[in-house]
Amino acid sequence: MADAGLLRFHVPEPEVRPGGTPDFSNVTIPKAGSVPRPEIEVDPRSIRDMAFSIIRVLNRAGEAVGPWAGLLSDEELLEGLRHMMTLRTFDARMQMAQRQGKTSFYMQHLGEEAVSCAFRKALKPGDMNFPTYRQAGLLIADGYPMVTMMNQIYSNEADPLKGRQLPIMYSSKEHGFFSISGNLATQYIQAVGWAMASAISNDSKIAAAWIGDGSTAESDFHAALVFASTYKAPVVLNVVNNQWAISTFQGIARGGSGTFAARGLGFGIPSLRVDGNDYLAVHAVAKWAAERARANLGPTLVEYVTYRAGAHSSSDDPSAYRPKAESDAWPLGDPVIRLKNHLIHKQVWSEERHTQAEAEILETVIAAQKEAESHGTLHAGGKPSTRDMFEGVYAEMPPHLRRQRQQAGV
Amino acid sequence: MPRRTMIEAIRDAMDVSMGRDESVIVYGEDVGFFGGVFRATQGLQAKYGKSRCFDAPISESGIVGSAIGMAAYGLKPCVEVQFADYVYPAYDQIVSEAARLRYRSNGDFTCPIVVRMPTGGGIFGGQTHSQSPEALFTHVSGLKVIVPSNPHDAKGLLIAAIEDPDPVIFLEPKRLYNGPFDGHHDKPVTPWSKHDLGEVADGHYTIPLGKAAIRRQGSAVTVLAYGTMVYVAQAAAEETGIDAEVIDLRTLLPLDLEAIVASVKKTGRCVVVHEATLTSGFGAELVALVQENCFYHLEAPVARVAGWDTPYPHAQEWDYFPGPARVGRALVETMEA
Repeated sequence: MADAGLLRFHVPEPEVRPGGTPDFSNVTIPKAGSVPRPEIEVDPRSIRDMAFSIIRVLNRAGEAVGPWAGLLSDEELLEGLRHMMTLRTFDARMQMAQRQGKTSFYMQHLGEEAVSCAFRKALKPGDMNFPTYRQAGLLIADGYPMVTMMNQIYSNEADPLKGRQLPIMYSSKEHGFFSISGNLATQYIQAVGWAMASAISNDSKIAAAWIGDGSTAESDFHAALVFASTYKAPVVLNVVNNQWAISTFQGIARGGSGTFAARGLGFGIPSLRVDGNDYLAVHAVAKWAAERARANLGPTLVEYVTYRAGAHSSSDDPSAYRPKAESDAWPLGDPVIRLKNHLIHKQVWSEERHTQAEAEILETVIAAQKEAESHGTLHAGGKPSTRDMFEGVYAEMPPHLRRQRQQAGV
Repeated sequence: MPRRTMIEAIRDAMDVSMGRDESVIVYGEDVGFFGGVFRATQGLQAKYGKSRCFDAPISESGIVGSAIGMAAYGLKPCVEVQFADYVYPAYDQIVSEAARLRYRSNGDFTCPIVVRMPTGGGIFGGQTHSQSPEALFTHVSGLKVIVPSNPHDAKGLLIAAIEDPDPVIFLEPKRLYNGPFDGHHDKPVTPWSKHDLGEVADGHYTIPLGKAAIRRQGSAVTVLAYGTMVYVAQAAAEETGIDAEVIDLRTLLPLDLEAIVASVKKTGRCVVVHEATLTSGFGAELVALVQENCFYHLEAPVARVAGWDTPYPHAQEWDYFPGPARVGRALVETMEA
């Protein structure tokens, strides 16, 4: 019998803090190609172990191996690489613009580009994402104009959201991108509701819910899993585990559960873990989950194991809570480099072409930025009108808002 | 014209709406097979099928959150929260999401949902089945807030709410479900079948949001009330013999300021009554508006009668409830001031 003694309070701690040597030896990384690919009709009970493994396609040699490989053509992979590079360059420019005072706030994707870029390619037109603030790859990979994104970031006169929303809280129904709230986890149950509506309407569209590791602790996450499970909603439930919720390591939200994917098991939801830095693996798993949803087989929970290489936001300094070199030590590598190496291995890409592409992309992003800035930035140039502030609270402006608009002199 | 209880009128509103528009979906806790703990959705699942009327897990944030997603898809969910006292887990979804979706997305996504919930006390429900949280919703830009006081209005307002393009909080004073309760808890309530406002036309009709109704004409003092307090105020007027004009606000947001100002300018006196707790209650907003708009017509301070600032008690329910005696005293004091 264990020594009873006095009760002791337990607070989980990450392995290493600033000053220490990064150590991911506790992260078990299965070999690429080693996790089987079940049929989508599989009995969820028979694949419970997949919630504790990691589906990987790209190996260290840059080869695509195993049963999840082979879904994408060279052209599609080259396009995927370009999307990720574009997102990375876009982020770098916008982060800089924020530092230059052209906007108030920015959030970048560094290290996580594969997740949203590859996922988008598994969806069909009409499907709806309910994203968090770190899935702009969904827009980039769907051809949403970068200028429009920048207009939103700058809250300028061409901002489609009329300056009402914090930078990067995009909205585009046309591109299957639900309005980002900025609150956490609320969108998860909304995605399930959207999917329920699609099923109620005997439609063929599916929804995708997005959440980070930290926000899985919110009750809306659990509500979403209950509703998705109960009504077999056609939804893909994505959890992006980038290891850090601002300064809080993922163990605080995960608790005693082995993985975030394992959260789905109690709901009878097939739950998979995937290498989030592996474009091919992300796409293959997303496609599997999307096919299940579309085939009336219900929800799938997917945990993307990745690493937030950058700061949480432009207001954050990670050196205060984790070792500086931790991202270099991350065992799943960098998604852009890994896909690049794969394409070089396939002899459809080269270092020279990559360098050339980087320059081209930078030029395109800078051109978009110039155009966006011609419409103004947060504190200079064209801006949305004060009158816009009063519009759109309701479909029709009620009398009390009309009176207030008058008082404001607009 | 057929007479209906308030529950029957509310059910009829959903029935009519579901019959006219396939996108209207009704769900909530116990709402499907059983028809709701107050029977408001009885028979709707049998009539419209399980895809359009169904039971939900006990998760208010799940119910409202999923409704927001459905509305974004293009449906018109009309969901039930079993008691207004249970709405708080859904408050984030209502305040941060439903209310702001149109604004923050510049109309890219909208949120035409109705959240129905029984409100108010008088049924010995204690602190978890008696609250009146309307002020928590009237404080939120982007919402509309309705408190009907009778079957006729309940049906017309609920149909209008379901057809409204924006989110509507629909608070049903549960003490009025069976009759116009006037606070005299020791006497049986007149059933709606014997009351003019129990007359509920068949089929489709709406009552526009944002329009108050005068329930009792008077010239001495204006009483601003809604829900159960409309009848309490009328009883207080009868019992004190004071010629009070009782205005039933019906919609709190947007508010019919015109009707309020016209009446107070006529009477020169005003008493505001609600069952919810006093401090920062909706009455404070009403008093401020009366002061701003009618100050030079006022002959007495504007009085408030409300629930005491305590949690809703159980055994002391009738000491807490602002009944006709308390409202009557306020009328007398306002007349004497």
